[in-house]
Amino acid sequence: MNATRRFAGLTAALLSATLIDACHKKAPDQPAPAVAPAAGPNADSARRAQEDAARRAAEDAARRRAADSAAAAAAAARDAAAAGAALRTTLTAMVHFDYDQSDLRPEDRAILDAKVPILTANPTVMIRVAGHTDERGSDEYNLALGQRRASSVKAYLVQHGIAEARVQTISYGEERPMAQGADENAYQQNRRAEFDITSGPQTLRKP
Amino acid sequence: MKALRAVAFTFIGALAFTAGTGGGRQVLAQDTTFKGITLIGNYDPTRDKISVAVLPVTGAFGDSLRAIVQRDLDFSDRFTILPIEGGDADAARTGGAASGLNYSIFQRLNAAAVVQMTSMPTGIHVALHDVAKGQVVNVGDFALPSAGFTRDWRLAVHRASDEIARWMTGQRGIAATRIAYIRGSGKAAAIRIVDSDGAGEITVPTDENGISPAWHPSGTMLAYSTYGDVASRIVLFDLTTANSRTLTTAPRNTQYITPNFTADGTSILYARSGENGSDIYAVGLSGNDAPRRLTAGRGAENASPTSSPDGRRVVYVGNAGNGAPELYIMDADGTDARLLTEYDFSDKNYRSDPDWSPDGRLIAYQEQIGRNFQIRTIRATGGTPKQLTSEGVNEQPSWAPDSRHLVFTSTRSGVRQLWVLDTETFRMRQLTTSAGSRLAAWSSRLTQ
Repeated sequence: MNATRRFAGLTAALLSATLIDACHKKAPDQPAPAVAPAAGPNADSARRAQEDAARRAAEDAARRRAADSAAAAAAAARDAAAAGAALRTTLTAMVHFDYDQSDLRPEDRAILDAKVPILTANPTVMIRVAGHTDERGSDEYNLALGQRRASSVKAYLVQHGIAEARVQTISYGEERPMAQGADENAYQQNRRAEFDITSGPQTLRKP
Repeated sequence: MKALRAVAFTFIGALAFTAGTGGGRQVLAQDTTFKGITLIGNYDPTRDKISVAVLPVTGAFGDSLRAIVQRDLDFSDRFTILPIEGGDADAARTGGAASGLNYSIFQRLNAAAVVQMTSMPTGIHVALHDVAKGQVVNVGDFALPSAGFTRDWRLAVHRASDEIARWMTGQRGIAATRIAYIRGSGKAAAIRIVDSDGAGEITVPTDENGISPAWHPSGTMLAYSTYGDVASRIVLFDLTTANSRTLTTAPRNTQYITPNFTADGTSILYARSGENGSDIYAVGLSGNDAPRRLTAGRGAENASPTSSPDGRRVVYVGNAGNGAPELYIMDADGTDARLLTEYDFSDKNYRSDPDWSPDGRLIAYQEQIGRNFQIRTIRATGGTPKQLTSEGVNEQPSWAPDSRHLVFTSTRSGVRQLWVLDTETFRMRQLTTSAGSRLAAWSSRLTQ
């Protein structure tokens, strides 16, 4: 019972908030209230009252416009940041490998394909590709395998038009596992190439 | 124990016989200063153990000194250490022989030899008694640093142990050696150095992401490589001055891995891993010469170069055609590479981490057997390998200077630790007690 009432109250509050918001949004499009010119002895005071009302309305409208444009800018910035973050996520999405392999699988090529237009649209962005391996195999030889994986990723990006100098390759071998554990699930997560944006603009441009 | 006593008894009997004729064979005598105890003609130092009693030592650090020498002789896997009670020792000393030992007591204990150490102002005086002959057959003085229990003091005691072992068998022991290894990984990784008996451990100041420590043949310097987001380097660490210097820095998009000194100590062999695979290079320690490329990988990964003791050849791991890693041997100038580990036609497997034995005969390495790596050895001339381990994952073997003991990484206790294996008797002992120990490198015999 109590909960229902509270819910009803909340709904009402939300509704009124929505209504206020709706009015608020509409305000700039509404002309100032049109008042018919009044005749008679009190015409002057009536005109003054009208003028005052009109001025107040105009001032209110200006204030609302300023607030709205600030809100719009903030929203735009939020949208841009969200879009930038999405681009960043796409650009740094990892690819994975089969055991002791550095060949790119079709699904991982697709992940790299998604990075290419972002890199093209943001020519100042530099990235670093770090190759990783699972814990099987020789600790030391895995440093070479990690390098081969990073190089394989870089070769693909360069083939797709990204300047060689924009992609740096390093290897961590099996030294920085993503997942702990000695099972295929952990191994699969660890056989990867990671991407870091080493320089470029704060906000990435959409392709 | 019973069996060992029996062997010792056989020695005694034979000693009694040969002593009279003066014709006892000196086993594996290597130089003119060797004055071993007399042993039976068919004594096999790889299988038979000599029964030794080490007398209690009076004076400062006497108990520690005796304990270290006993353990060193035991860890050489060539001696059976006989327990001597205080009363026994007193009785032995008051005996009638000219040397001051009552040899008949040691004969009853089935001791072939008695080590008698006496504290001196500057070190110890050691006398080696041949029980069958009833006389002292060798003596020596060993200087010890005045401060006991320091690393230098322990090393000096280990050197005395090694010389005593040489008096008895003709072969110097390996107690005065150290093992460098990596503990941990990533930013937390550090190079550590431990004495051959597991004591006296220190941490070496290690650059971030340091890996693959290797000893200079002199035992005075380590090399290691670094990986990761700071440019990969080969770093030299001078153990006498505790100074590090970068020998060479890898160009962008490449990294240096698996450094190893050449047998003559003038250069470093290493692999450079980059966009065209990994190739093996040699570079002088001066840092002034351009690196020389020894392999033409053509996209394959070649790594882990290890010089033969005569410096004429190099064993390394490679995966021509991007197949499984195999071991290859090439001449030191990079020519005449040939596959070592394809035992039979198309018998390919994951084989890596080679180490050439100091006597030049064998190469130890790891091979994937089932799911796990195991330690194997193969003659440097090829042939059928010998498998030395089967319990847990066993990797990264490194030879002791006696070409008989190996240190390696094993998970047999549940986590990665370093273990020492005697390849003749298969006796195994755990060297480290901290989890995550790996990539061990055994030094040469150390003089400082």
